Amino acid sequence: MAVTKAEIVDMLFSTMGLNKREAKSVTESFFEGIRETLAKGEEVKLSGFGNFSLREKNPRPGRNPKTGIEITITARRVVTFHPSQKLKAYVNGDGARE
Amino acid sequence: MTKSELIKYISAKHPLLPPRDIENATRHILEYLSDALQQDERIEIRGFGSFSLHIRPEKVGRNPRTGESVRVPEKRVPHFKAGKELREQVDYAPASVS
Repeated sequence: MAVTKAEIVDMLFSTMGLNKREAKSVTESFFEGIRETLAKGEEVKLSGFGNFSLREKNPRPGRNPKTGIEITITARRVVTFHPSQKLKAYVNGDGARE
Repeated sequence: MTKSELIKYISAKHPLLPPRDIENATRHILEYLSDALQQDERIEIRGFGSFSLHIRPEKVGRNPRTGESVRVPEKRVPHFKAGKELREQVDYAPASVS
């Protein structure tokens, strides 16, 4: 089972005693804040967790894998996530989280 | 944007909640996400993206200088894939391939 917004809301409800409506709204603002910032072209750095940065991709030739027709993949901007040293160590079983 | 700026952003949307609560909620969310990844659990946030753990199995590598075999232990790496909405908001041109 994957973790979704609903589990985060339940966690805030049980660990902090925020009511469900508040917990839901705070959780939504958390992801919205990150998304809006990235949409403005600014990166987001969450110390102890990781950085969301933006990369400019040049146009490149591509192919539709289904039809084999060649097309040009246009220039675009994409989001990349770089986990912090701390998170990398934590998921590998050494070091405390945050 | 840094973590403290994200906290300010969320606080501005919740004038009735003490900033201290928003700060704690942010910390709880990041710890909860870190714990999920540490337990190799997927995280799926609609419209934002998903986090998962990529596991690179143990392998026998070679020291390129000496040619000596070395055991490279299994490595776990957190991975993020942007969701459709985030991808579209961040890109400047509508995608030509979908």
